[in-house]
Amino acid sequence: MSSNKQILFDPVVDNNPIALQVLGICSALAVTTQMSTSLVMCFAVIAVLAASNLAVSLIRNHMPTNIRIIIQMTIIASLVILVDQVLKAYAYEISKQLSVFVGLIITNCIVLGRAEAFASSNKPWPSLLDGVGHGLGYSAVLLIVAFLRELLGSGKLFGHEILPLVTEGGWYNPNGLMLLAPSAFFLIGLLIWAIRAWKPAQVEKREFRIRVVHRTEAI
Amino acid sequence: MPDDRKGKGWLSSLSNDSVAKTLIVAIGLCLVCSVIVSATAVALKPLQVRNALLARQIEILRVAGIMEEGGDVDTLFGQVEVRIVDLESGQFADDMDSATYDQRKAAKDPAMSDPVPPDQDIAGIQRRARYAPVYLVRDGDAIETIILPIHGYGLWSTMYGFLALEGDARTVKGLTFYEDGETPGLGGEINNPRWQARWVGRQVFDDKGSLRLRVIRGSPDPDSPEAVHQVDGISGATLTVNGVNNAIDYWFSDSGFGPFLARLREQEGAA
Repeated sequence: MSSNKQILFDPVVDNNPIALQVLGICSALAVTTQMSTSLVMCFAVIAVLAASNLAVSLIRNHMPTNIRIIIQMTIIASLVILVDQVLKAYAYEISKQLSVFVGLIITNCIVLGRAEAFASSNKPWPSLLDGVGHGLGYSAVLLIVAFLRELLGSGKLFGHEILPLVTEGGWYNPNGLMLLAPSAFFLIGLLIWAIRAWKPAQVEKREFRIRVVHRTEAI
Repeated sequence: MPDDRKGKGWLSSLSNDSVAKTLIVAIGLCLVCSVIVSATAVALKPLQVRNALLARQIEILRVAGIMEEGGDVDTLFGQVEVRIVDLESGQFADDMDSATYDQRKAAKDPAMSDPVPPDQDIAGIQRRARYAPVYLVRDGDAIETIILPIHGYGLWSTMYGFLALEGDARTVKGLTFYEDGETPGLGGEINNPRWQARWVGRQVFDDKGSLRLRVIRGSPDPDSPEAVHQVDGISGATLTVNGVNNAIDYWFSDSGFGPFLARLREQEGAA
């Protein structure tokens, strides 16, 4: 049981798909201008990840090696269409705001990565947990970034005014950069820095070291 | 994992990499996936259609300036009169049922539409339905707002929108797009309310009655007499904006709502 717990919660901080594995950055930049779109995106990714891991794990013993990536992509693509259809039916406004990014979950490296790295060689239950866990890890980063971007960029959270804007008679002058994609890059960078300062084990080894050559040595 | 394979019968006896197994797994998976995908699509269709209709009605209300946040769309939409117009004659075609008429479906139906000759097809719509819905908001008897559905090809996609005119059938009251596939942040800025707000109050026609409404590059010079017809361009979205201009050219021409608007203006002049 403790190992299952580990599978579920490890990806949240210790093995975070965005912060440590640096996957799924594209959508993390795109949908994080608002909390509401990010939250829906998180649910969509968790659902797709969990279901695709489960499905891949169920058929893992019958997977022909030659076409396994295609099989995984077919499963993932079907699930993404499913999620997209459900959103269009029950959350039309938000699905319009998310536009192509729900469809792009197909190309989210986290999903295929987990199917290939974990689900294709593990039993269904741990695979499901692994999917949910990585979904949670992705969500944690997305929500942190979205929180900062929406708050600093438009003075709101979930569309409710928190910091009254100068343009509407308040005091807060919004930081326009926060509404643009590069700000998510900076925020994710800072977040990775913070996590690695807290957990130095995540710091990657240097691939090579620049040697300092003393002048005397060179001569 | 041999323990997992126990009791799974003939499927497990095949080697995973044999041609037969590869085909069986591929075909089986495709069947399962397609059944699931099509079942959801069919099951959720009514809800999605309803959502799309509501979204369109909200756009119409918004462009007419009578949308109230949190108001009931069905009630608000009750103020809007939907009429079908015969584009060629510009007359109302009241024998058509405005509740069920679907301009997009009609444009695909050879009995209900005409192909647009390539040299006239500036908006890239290929076929034009003979009838089009228009939405009228009345203040007493006089028409207060005329809302015209327009569409045309942008950079990537056909953009569907509404253009609202004041009762004089000359002054723009609003523009909105409810469906497009333009690049978010560039062409997608046609959905930006701030840009759309720049259309309000523009004059579609000049004194001689020729079409002058235009999105230009950069900002209009406020001192120029042309400024009243011009809207700021969107940087990085030249091709999309060209598409918007083309759609406007087409739908205000004689093949579009030209005859209908001319009739309305005459009536207003007479009254």
